[in-house]
Amino acid sequence: MQFTPERVRRPLVSYKNNKTTNKTVLKNNLVPGSIVILLAGRYAGSRAVFLKQLESGLILVTGPHKVNGVPLRRVNQRYVIGTQTKIDVSKVDLSNVSEEWFKHSETVLPALAETQKTLDATLLAEIKKVETMTSYMKAKFSLKKGDRPHDMIF
Amino acid sequence: MATPRLFVKGTVLGYKRTRTIQRPSSTLLQLEGVNVKEDTGFYLGKRVCYVYKVGRESRCIWGRITRAHGNSGVVRARFQHNLPPQSFGATVRVHLFPSSI
Repeated sequence: MQFTPERVRRPLVSYKNNKTTNKTVLKNNLVPGSIVILLAGRYAGSRAVFLKQLESGLILVTGPHKVNGVPLRRVNQRYVIGTQTKIDVSKVDLSNVSEEWFKHSETVLPALAETQKTLDATLLAEIKKVETMTSYMKAKFSLKKGDRPHDMIF
Repeated sequence: MATPRLFVKGTVLGYKRTRTIQRPSSTLLQLEGVNVKEDTGFYLGKRVCYVYKVGRESRCIWGRITRAHGNSGVVRARFQHNLPPQSFGATVRVHLFPSSI
């Protein structure tokens, strides 16, 4: 170790620009159009369609509302099981959906309702293409006696 | 269908302990259908809820499954407050969240 006789002035290190963006990583089995099972909250047990991941990291899902009553909603992906079942959502337009809508703003409600309707119509058309998909989306997931979630393939 | 069941039932076996001393911060749970250590991996980190009644009101102590205990599917859990001894033999709800699938 070198001994320096004078104090050398060095600029203070600034950590101001060291911001790390901790982007939430989407679970690898979640693809737009995946059917997910909601595990908690008001719609626990319902199946919903995964639409996209929002800015905050939460995911956007919808029932569709017409099918099982689940509205356009934000959900934490850890409170959801992603199933292997998928529907085609390429025709769905999510360009005007923003995170702000879900922050309980009264002025946004009409826009939300409008988008819900058009989105539902598109999704319903896709769901009807697949046999028994409508009744599948309507049915709720529940564990029964003898069920072992650790052995299940969702 | 009535309210769907989205939790696995477990039984509280007691506190983590040696023969003569118990460590109440950790409780042992026996989950239904889980009989082998290899099957416990799915449940690690899952949130657990001990539900009890006070008068007519239901209350809950939340916890998480921390690790397996032994080779036969028993599991250890830590709760926000240590479980009361009344809970031994009682049912506990092991939810499916936080989900990694």
